[in-house]
Amino acid sequence: MATAAICDPMLPQPYAVREVVKETPDTFTLSVKPENAVNKTAFQPGQFSMLWVFGIGELPISISGNPELHDRLVYTVRSVGQATHALVNLRAGDGLGVRGPFGVGWPAEAARGRDIIVVAGGIGLAPLRPLIYQVLHNRKDYGRLVILYGGRSPRDLLYRKELAAWARNRETQVLVTVDYGGLGWRGHVGVVTTLFKYTRLQPARSVAMVCGPEIMMRFVVGELETQGISQSDIYLSMERNMKCAVGFCGHCQYGPHFICKDGPVFQCQALRKLLEKYEI
Amino acid sequence: METLKGIIAEHPFFAGLDDSFTNLLVSCASNVRFKAGTYILKEGDAANTFYLIREGKVAVEVLAPQRKPIIVSTLGVGEILGWSWLMQPFQWKFHAHAVDDIRAIALDGKCLRTKCDQDHDLGYEILKRFARIMEQRLEATRLQLLDVYGAGR
Repeated sequence: MATAAICDPMLPQPYAVREVVKETPDTFTLSVKPENAVNKTAFQPGQFSMLWVFGIGELPISISGNPELHDRLVYTVRSVGQATHALVNLRAGDGLGVRGPFGVGWPAEAARGRDIIVVAGGIGLAPLRPLIYQVLHNRKDYGRLVILYGGRSPRDLLYRKELAAWARNRETQVLVTVDYGGLGWRGHVGVVTTLFKYTRLQPARSVAMVCGPEIMMRFVVGELETQGISQSDIYLSMERNMKCAVGFCGHCQYGPHFICKDGPVFQCQALRKLLEKYEI
Repeated sequence: METLKGIIAEHPFFAGLDDSFTNLLVSCASNVRFKAGTYILKEGDAANTFYLIREGKVAVEVLAPQRKPIIVSTLGVGEILGWSWLMQPFQWKFHAHAVDDIRAIALDGKCLRTKCDQDHDLGYEILKRFARIMEQRLEATRLQLLDVYGAGR
């Protein structure tokens, strides 16, 4: 039965590529549209999909698009292996399979009325971009929006035009830093934690959402705590090799958690000790 | 009108410093400005000053033979530039240039070293503050060295 098949989370649904945009030398943003009207494009910021490249394999990719746009799903993908390479080499009109969206996203609704601190490193900005869109779309419902973004070098920064545009919104502070800058770079140089000194956070009314390499998140959590933000107000997005995406297979198990089902977004206190472990 | 004493007392680096110590610092301090693009200090030159940045951004850069200069950190409002004046052989280890027009307070390192030698309580206060800055920058540099964005996510 068609309806039952569409509800099956293990069954990829047909989508077609709308466009592929090069963001950096190795990172691309892929926009896809459903091949039939039944397929969903609704998602919560922070959720992910399983993208199936026919003949190659299936990949978990965070949704990086605007949740207000209902005719597409958008993903930002770093080309690092065979499957991601195949994914970013798709052309407009090419087909692919999509399962999801899956997982627990950012607590955007619970954070209404509060200041939002977004801290991202590298491609970690991608899963946070839908949250930023949502906050900006509902600007009056939130307090200040502070975006701290760190990248390896200027040419590795994602969404540079959007970052500049976001900074022009009221009550919005955007600070970008790179680990290594050339003489042509006029922005900050240093790790993302060095940006906190240029912010004026109000810890009691702030919620922090963090995504990036785990070592970066560990240091960011330490800095947020130094700033007075409690672990219950810090959320982290984790990445693991998701396979089934619904908590059956155990591939993404992280301590007592399944990243695919219990996350990828977690309250910091659920992960703090795990982040300090050498291997898990 | 802002006085040198007021500016020094309000700078985050000297926050909470005893008033008598601030008075000692004022006698070693002066207002300075640098145009964007000019070098504030150069590797190998005598290090006899440090700066409290009041406005603008400074880039600290490393020169390596046959490579373009690499900016390894930037310093902004509320931060300090330079600690080589504090330790032998009193020579700068890096270049630093003004990214924007800079307003700063320059503190004469020779003057300050003399005062620290004469008043060890002042010297201890200054050293504690520099040690904190060094610790923060060392930690940031270690994280930078990990090149966390280079692989994986």
